[in-house]
Amino acid sequence: MTTVLKVDGVSRSFDGRQVLKDVSFAVSGGRMTGFVGANGAGKTTTMRIILGVLAADSGDVTLAGEPLTRAIRQRFGYMPEERGLYPKMTIAEQVVYLGQLHGLSRATATERTTRLLDRLGLGERAGEKLEKLSLGNQQRAQVAAALVHDPEVLVLDEPFSGLDPLAVEVMVGVLRERAAAGVPVLFSSHQLELVERLCDDLVIIADGTIRAAGDGASLRAGYAEPRFQLLVDTDAGWLRDQRGVTLIDLDGPRAVFDLDAGVDDQEVLRAALARGPVRSFGPVTPSLAEIFREVVA
Amino acid sequence: MSTYAAAKVVAAREIRVKLRDKTFIYSTVFTMLIFLAATVLPVVFGGGQDSVAVADRATAATLQQAGLDVTVVADDAAAEKLVRDGTVDAAVLSGRQVVAMEEAPDDVVRALSSAPEVRLLAPDATDPTLAFLVPFALAFVFFFTSLMFGLQIAQSVTEEKQTRIVEILVASVPTRALLAGKVAALGLLAFIQVALIAIVTLVGARLAGMESGVLHALQPAIGWFLPFFLIGFVMLATLWAGVGALAARMEDLGGVSQPVQMAVMLPFFAVIFLNENDVAMRILSYVPFSAPIAMPARLFTGDAAVWEPFVALALVAATAVALLAVGARVYERTLLRTNGKTSWATALRAKASV
Repeated sequence: MTTVLKVDGVSRSFDGRQVLKDVSFAVSGGRMTGFVGANGAGKTTTMRIILGVLAADSGDVTLAGEPLTRAIRQRFGYMPEERGLYPKMTIAEQVVYLGQLHGLSRATATERTTRLLDRLGLGERAGEKLEKLSLGNQQRAQVAAALVHDPEVLVLDEPFSGLDPLAVEVMVGVLRERAAAGVPVLFSSHQLELVERLCDDLVIIADGTIRAAGDGASLRAGYAEPRFQLLVDTDAGWLRDQRGVTLIDLDGPRAVFDLDAGVDDQEVLRAALARGPVRSFGPVTPSLAEIFREVVA
Repeated sequence: MSTYAAAKVVAAREIRVKLRDKTFIYSTVFTMLIFLAATVLPVVFGGGQDSVAVADRATAATLQQAGLDVTVVADDAAAEKLVRDGTVDAAVLSGRQVVAMEEAPDDVVRALSSAPEVRLLAPDATDPTLAFLVPFALAFVFFFTSLMFGLQIAQSVTEEKQTRIVEILVASVPTRALLAGKVAALGLLAFIQVALIAIVTLVGARLAGMESGVLHALQPAIGWFLPFFLIGFVMLATLWAGVGALAARMEDLGGVSQPVQMAVMLPFFAVIFLNENDVAMRILSYVPFSAPIAMPARLFTGDAAVWEPFVALALVAATAVALLAVGARVYERTLLRTNGKTSWATALRAKASV
């Protein structure tokens, strides 16, 4: 059975300003869920409420149907938006410390820390103070801090910001591995292409309300207009006069167009073939950026 | 994991970090050396009993009775020679003439003269110098240690806030565990430091051969000072943590810690300046903030009855319980406010965020 982290009807105000309005969505075990929204849309507040760092005014968060308690949350891995570790402690020491705070024995925490730091390419720097490290390596240490206790749920606020491309790949690998182990993984990001590449599920938030949530493929299908792209050898201007076609973009032999409801795309293809060779023809799926723009607008 | 177990992990980290901090180690050793020097050196340089050379047997007997170190010599010339050698401090020649090098040997003169009998109607049990020095030392130790470790609690809290690690910490363990761990760790270190100072002082005094009467008075004073210090420190400890949480950055600490600094500083000066005023000292020995200094001081001078320290300690403990609640409230409600410093009033009114 997969574990589901469920946010159910959560609202929260700060000084009379409502920042979350009846927010509900689910993060399924074994799936990577991307949490997307503009700055100030409520991502960080939602994540803080999931972690219990902030209380909800109403609504609740459950894991496998159980309301979250301190004991359950202790098995979560969290990477806050505002990063921070002890500058004057060595990396290994603070990762061990955080492991202990999550209930590991000192010995287990030490063993896992060594393994994790090696994995993240920090093995040789383990004994150095955090402040001596480059910013990118500090970020890697932060990743280690979130993962040391083999969390059962991962909530990561902008885990990729500030990571170099190499570290992004390591991070992606680690997240995928955790998801494959059945862990619900929720992460926010501004890098929509990255989210698009990684996510199984998507949650889009704007002005404190959830605008869309669900699995990425069906979301995309749902928001896709019946839009097609055609590439022929000669000018494709004739499409203008084709029945049921609304031309969106025409660039010599390349054309993007929408089809009216009920019009068969194959009919357009046949018409094109009748005029000469067709190099490519197919539906255009909207990018996450496009969906995002449409949903948020 | 229970709050208690979490607090232990937090405390262990605080202690480990402090014990590795060179400044902390040096300042502890330095303080102990100062107190050792302060007790041992005066006794050593005060230089025990005068030694005296004398030829006349009868005079020698008198001097011996007065507890002086007497060397009996053949004649006056031999006695004077010993003085010139520096073997003895003084010589008594025939005709009761006293010879010394630079300083008049008071002890010898006193032993030979017949002073009128003095009867004090209200004798001061303690040497007036010590009667000032001991309260001063107690006040100083309390002031210095309490302020130093208190500020360290505040700094440790602010550090976690400023570096933002606090969010990870709060997501893992109850805030109460963080607070308790810090207070316990620094309270323990402060207590150990004070206990070391106390031991060094007592052992030093004994080794240096301090008069047994003074030692007798010093022991209960120091013995009581330890529990007073511990509870007095805990009384302010969560307020220090609260101060740390109010500040968003280290630079804010000076300002927001003002009220708590006053709570440490005012009693210090009050005891220093009023220590000869019996009424004032009696009051100060019951005011929770000054009791940890004033009550042991009164115990030293023998002014306090046996039951008095118990009552004062109970008052300090009661205040500690009340202030623990206030400090914990301020700490818990402001820990996650990272946008600028928070005022005391806002913190106490604030709605719990967690």
